[in-house]
Amino acid sequence: MATTVVAPVVGRARTRRRTAGLAAAAAGLVVVSMLSLALGTRSIPLGTTWQVLWHPDGSVASDVIHTLRIPRTLLGLGVGAALGLSGALMQALTRNPLAEPGILGVNLGAATAVVVAIAFLGISSLSGYIWFSFAGAALTSVAVFALGGTGRSPTPERQILAGIALTSVLGAFVWAVLVTLPEVFDRYRYWDVGSLADRDHATLVRVAPFLVVGVVWALLLGGRLNALSLGDEAATAVGASPARIRALGLGAITLLCGAATAATGPIWFLGLAVPYVARLLVGADHRWVLGYSVLIGPSLLLLSDIVGRVAAPPSELQVGVVTAFVGAPVFLLLCRRRRIGQL
Amino acid sequence: MTIRRGGFSLRLRVRPVIVGAVLALLALTVSVFTLTSGDFPIPVPDVLRALVGAGDAATNVIVLELRLPRVAVALLVGIALGASGAVFQSLTRNPLGSPDFVGLTVGSSTGALLVILLLGGSGFGVSAGAIAGCVATSVLVYLLAFRRGVQPFRLVLMGIGVSALLDALNTFLILRARLADAIAAQVWLIGSVSGRTYTEVVIVGLGVVVVLPVLVYASRQLAMLNLGDEVAVVQGVRVEPARAVLAGGAVVLAAVATAAAGPVGFVALSAPHIAARLTRAPGANILPSAAMGAVLMVGGDWVAQRILPDRDLPVGVVTAAAGGAYLCWLLAREWRRGV
Repeated sequence: MATTVVAPVVGRARTRRRTAGLAAAAAGLVVVSMLSLALGTRSIPLGTTWQVLWHPDGSVASDVIHTLRIPRTLLGLGVGAALGLSGALMQALTRNPLAEPGILGVNLGAATAVVVAIAFLGISSLSGYIWFSFAGAALTSVAVFALGGTGRSPTPERQILAGIALTSVLGAFVWAVLVTLPEVFDRYRYWDVGSLADRDHATLVRVAPFLVVGVVWALLLGGRLNALSLGDEAATAVGASPARIRALGLGAITLLCGAATAATGPIWFLGLAVPYVARLLVGADHRWVLGYSVLIGPSLLLLSDIVGRVAAPPSELQVGVVTAFVGAPVFLLLCRRRRIGQL
Repeated sequence: MTIRRGGFSLRLRVRPVIVGAVLALLALTVSVFTLTSGDFPIPVPDVLRALVGAGDAATNVIVLELRLPRVAVALLVGIALGASGAVFQSLTRNPLGSPDFVGLTVGSSTGALLVILLLGGSGFGVSAGAIAGCVATSVLVYLLAFRRGVQPFRLVLMGIGVSALLDALNTFLILRARLADAIAAQVWLIGSVSGRTYTEVVIVGLGVVVVLPVLVYASRQLAMLNLGDEVAVVQGVRVEPARAVLAGGAVVLAAVATAAAGPVGFVALSAPHIAARLTRAPGANILPSAAMGAVLMVGGDWVAQRILPDRDLPVGVVTAAAGGAYLCWLLAREWRRGV
């Protein structure tokens, strides 16, 4: 399905359809965000939500929305966009439709750093984990790409093997610590399931700059990724530098994955599913795929978070659990119904 | 080399046979060595006497009741995982097509976790839960992937989807459990042969004895399938039934292995890779892979028992670390060569 061309000669109707789709996705995201503000263990009517969103009046509903749900929703927007985009970038760079932050070992890299922080440095608060998880995620993604052969013809198998290899070594270390030190395990198991709950304003403020820079950076790479998908020789022939594109992509992935995992803990599956859905909707042009991913990612994450809030009251299901429960069947259905395009 | 006897003929390459034999010997040597060492060191002759039932009472108890089941489970699980991985990788035409990747070990884990955490079971119950989970998952993945035949790539995709789902369920179960139960469950999830009894030996042993010959017999069809479905059809292979038998056998081996020891990481993935490098033979290398798996398991368990002075680590920690390091080294070496 190599329909990608650097300067696509696209029919005007197709462009219009894609733009309309993008607008629909954006509208969907706005609706989901509103629902995320309104729904929860204590649901608030949509009208009231809209009202107090702009005019906080000190009522309970207003307090709930402004102190709890707005930060949570904003975090969901940022993290969802980051995970969707980093999945799309990874799949484009490795030309591997199965690449995903979780599969390439970034989650476990973050986990390793968090375990070190808990076990050996006595750090026990979520905000304390942030920088460790960020550093762990960043180091692992660089290591995976280096090992997978960023500079020279990387193949999907090599990339995934590199991810598995590192995941495995890091996992062994994490397990060894966890089964030896039960008190570390007790803290770790709560971090290990990604969640948007209980993250304060400070979390959001800390990761926001990374998320914003990462998202913009990623979105600017679309055209270059198209060149790369022609293959290294053809890309060089049209004046692009494959090595530089990979380095740029890796930088964006590091920022996005690091910030997202630091903020919420590991969330699996979103990075795999979002680009799939985007490609099914718009085909292989990376500029469109990235544009759709940045909208579909947060929609899916917030939707999952909402489901987690209302599914089993009075307690909540963590969003990491729900993304898999919601995302996996959708993913399976899509795989069954349509032909999956190779990258 | 071809052996013919009446209507029966068997073609053997010399190198794989030698490699397989050497690996099998190595696995057995390490096993005996493991039987000798521990809190009460027992010299090799005494161990061998105990193995044939001629040792003194104390030695018999230590060797036969305490150490032998653990070593036997490690050996058999290694054989099962190695063979299962070899068949899966060949069948999916994917070097990563190990049971872990098509969702089977995660499915077994879910089955076992449900028994450990919700029913408070142990021993045989956990094994039964794991087997049920594995079989249910494999049927689910197969049905999801089936659409006028099963395409290998779709099988892996479905496996990944189902794994993600079950992984989340597992994490959730652990999160909701009491700490002590959660730790027990976590140890199981890493894969361990510590404290195993003859119950587990029988479970995995039966699987190996029944299934391994079937897989070896069917490996000729596997070779045909590897040339592509069209070629296989021309060669007279009934593609879907052959695939079903091979996949079914590999599933059973993965199921009994996981039932006995938990989802021990990396053996099923790396044993066939290492075996293929050693034998330099194309195709699935089922028996050399099985022998390699056994070496990895018994060797890994020996290290796991002794790496920390006062702590018996789960064997999965060692196999994951060793397998991962091996793969890292391999990738780095190829990278330097510029391949």
